[in-house]
Amino acid sequence: MGTEFKESIHKAVNDANLTGALGKFSETYKINRAKAYEGIDFEELRGRIAELKSFAASHLEELSAQFEQNATALGAKVFRTDDPAKVREYILKVAQDNGVKTVVKSKSMATEEIHLNPFLEKAGIAVGETDLGEWIIQLAGQTPSHMVLPAIHMTKEEVSDLFSKEVNERLNSDIPRLVKVARERLRPMFLAADMGISGGNIAVAETGSIVLMTNEGNARLVTTLPKIHVALVGIEKLIASYADIAPILKALPRSATAQLLTSYVSIITGPTPNTDGSLKDLHIILMDNRRSEMAADPKFKQALQCIRCASCLNVCPVFRLVGGHVFGKVYTGGIGTILTAWFDELKKSEDIQSLCIQCGNCKEVCPGKIDIPDLIMEIRRRLVQEQGLPLLHKAIYSVVNNRMLFHTMLRAASIAGKPFTTGKFLRHLPMFLADLTDNRSLPAIAAEPFRDRFKNIKQPKLKEKAAFYAGCLIDFAYPEMGESLVKVLNKAGIKVVFPQGQTCCGAPARYSGAYEVAAGNAIDNIKALLDEDVQYVVSACPTCTVALDHEFISTFESLGQSEWIPKAKELAAKTVDFSTLVKKLVDEGRLSLKDGRKLGKITYHDSCHLKRTLKVSEQPRELLNKAGYELTEMFECDTCCGMGGSYSLKLPEISGPILQRKLKNIKETGAPLVAMDCPGCVMQIRGGFDQDGTAIKVRHTVELLAEQLED
Amino acid sequence: MYQQFKTRADGVSAEVYHFETKTEVLEFVRQFLLEEGVADKRGCYALWAKGSFLNGMDRQTLPAIPGLKFEVTRDLAADARIGISQMQWALADTGTLVQDSTAIEQRLVSSLSSIHIAIAPTSGILPDMPTLLAMVNPKKCAYLAMITGPSRTADIERVLTIGVHGPERLIIVFCDELGGAG
Repeated sequence: MGTEFKESIHKAVNDANLTGALGKFSETYKINRAKAYEGIDFEELRGRIAELKSFAASHLEELSAQFEQNATALGAKVFRTDDPAKVREYILKVAQDNGVKTVVKSKSMATEEIHLNPFLEKAGIAVGETDLGEWIIQLAGQTPSHMVLPAIHMTKEEVSDLFSKEVNERLNSDIPRLVKVARERLRPMFLAADMGISGGNIAVAETGSIVLMTNEGNARLVTTLPKIHVALVGIEKLIASYADIAPILKALPRSATAQLLTSYVSIITGPTPNTDGSLKDLHIILMDNRRSEMAADPKFKQALQCIRCASCLNVCPVFRLVGGHVFGKVYTGGIGTILTAWFDELKKSEDIQSLCIQCGNCKEVCPGKIDIPDLIMEIRRRLVQEQGLPLLHKAIYSVVNNRMLFHTMLRAASIAGKPFTTGKFLRHLPMFLADLTDNRSLPAIAAEPFRDRFKNIKQPKLKEKAAFYAGCLIDFAYPEMGESLVKVLNKAGIKVVFPQGQTCCGAPARYSGAYEVAAGNAIDNIKALLDEDVQYVVSACPTCTVALDHEFISTFESLGQSEWIPKAKELAAKTVDFSTLVKKLVDEGRLSLKDGRKLGKITYHDSCHLKRTLKVSEQPRELLNKAGYELTEMFECDTCCGMGGSYSLKLPEISGPILQRKLKNIKETGAPLVAMDCPGCVMQIRGGFDQDGTAIKVRHTVELLAEQLED
Repeated sequence: MYQQFKTRADGVSAEVYHFETKTEVLEFVRQFLLEEGVADKRGCYALWAKGSFLNGMDRQTLPAIPGLKFEVTRDLAADARIGISQMQWALADTGTLVQDSTAIEQRLVSSLSSIHIAIAPTSGILPDMPTLLAMVNPKKCAYLAMITGPSRTADIERVLTIGVHGPERLIIVFCDELGGAG
């Protein structure tokens, strides 16, 4: 990670205005978005959008040609190019041919993508942004911090200072007054402008129409007052038919700002008359800039389903801490990372892709049904493929991939860690490792790993068998969780076997883009876990479960190692997470929990992989309820705890504040106990409470249930 | 559908009225213009753009208020306090007004003024966007404009503020007598 990048993160997370504004916004957004979608089948809606956008992405050339033909027939001038430089030259030429001195713009990401403003200004043309947020940052000489709310990082006091200078009058920070000042200041600019430049939210091939949406009404003025209108549209905005506009108009405002519709929507189909009776000089530029290349990439084609609502920013636990500036100058957040990798260059995404903690929140809300976390993983994989792993990572993964060496080192660490261990925690680490224990203590490495303890567990003679996949954390840090699991399954009449050949699930390597390493791990585990004939392969770590259930297959697919896919599928079919299996056993009457217990208040933290990849959230809650706990839900129960595997090691300055927010939400429930299904979350949250001295117990569901088995 | 429209439009700070006859609408508009201090000076004009409501109406019956003008120019619109125009349709599920705004006058009065009075036929209320898009022929409507509440922004500290570039008040007047969409 570059130092400049690290510095920008440091600056952002310490900017109280930014994190305060984004934090509050993300909280209200979630509630308002849900309200805006009331009565709407979101899955059905986004299914339609994904389908129509995917169709368009497969037919970019045809739709561009059809758009050109239809718009031209109506009298518009259509210019198609794949080159941003040609876009700039075209617009400049139109301006110079018509003696344009001033331009008014309504918000357009595409013009920012090609850095149009400085280009025109250098040629002596005055360019005025008219979207209030864009105007503010233009005056401040800054870049947008959010795709929909460009000036969200600024306070009203900062805005009033800017405006005061602009109008030469001391203004106070009354927001309605500031908005009035902007209206009065920009009005003459609108009336005097020779050219209006807009983007386009949608372009319809069937009719040659462009759709513009604003709340302020600036796009209406930009497209009405000047005699020349230039619309710059990325070709991913194309859709086939006029009727296809409806689903996008339904989702875009709801997802962007939780509105049912923006105040203004204009559908422009060909030039309209000016006041003097002449026709508007309408230029529509269809810009490719690597979009067709993206469409030809089987993996990234789906990114063209984006409708630019920015909801992936609004629900991102990382974005709300760092804001947009960390991402660069144009596209920000999850989708911005992907767009930057393509429209700019893969190399530019090297730092920002590492910001993704892979929690999956964005995938849930994306109206274009884009698997953003997966695409970011693919960027990682390609970066590693192109540039190799950083040396340190390489050394670590060569160890992880050597099972014996890895396990020997972990055992050694249990002794080496001793000087820093207080009871069950590593509280402080020396030197450069100190960051790792800044916000939370790390668990001490168990003196005896689960793989050794297992040999001493006495199990009754039982016919049905399940293989237990422990994963590194349970094996080496929390062996007691494994013991609890054996106890529970034995009670239900299932014998647990522990294939000793199992090793790391490969998630750390995969999440770092080291797919070859992950594939090596996958093969070792497949061999070990399919060796014995078992009914289930059960894991009490959702990240491991996801690896066994989904990622082995997709890693092989990404690498084209198809010979291992049938075995990986066989393993996936047997794999089940702990709570799902136990819920099933309870429902089948094979397992009973003690009756009528009153165990007091508990709150439950949903782990990212369990909730959003495995879609498991009710099972553990029902089991805990049945055991006698009284469940009190915390605020943002399914928001990431900041662990994210090695993320917390790579970006502790982001992981830390995410954890603090989680701890606060847990404390606010008043429950003395918090349960979760992931040893990684236990490590993060338990370590956090240890560091801040709160006496809230942090337990894995497996431990709590093992205590409540009917005798 | 009117009730649904009203609930939605109220929700985005529009002001919704409903009258049976054109005469009632005229009386409402007259009162409104008087109360808002419309006068024959810059910044105080009211401009009324063409539409079927005015077509064939005896000019004598229109309110005689100094400053109320029926010719729309760019300069006058820039100095108008109130713009009056006629909508063809409305969408019940979002509280949206829809107009074929191809004629620039229609946009000038509704985008430059501080208050926009939008007159719409009650029978023009449609259930939703798909219904509208199926009815409109874009080749015959170069500028289809949709308006949902007054101009708004939340760009400064996310505080919702009304009236940035467009009107700060949107007065919607439904008229039963106005016939179907045209």
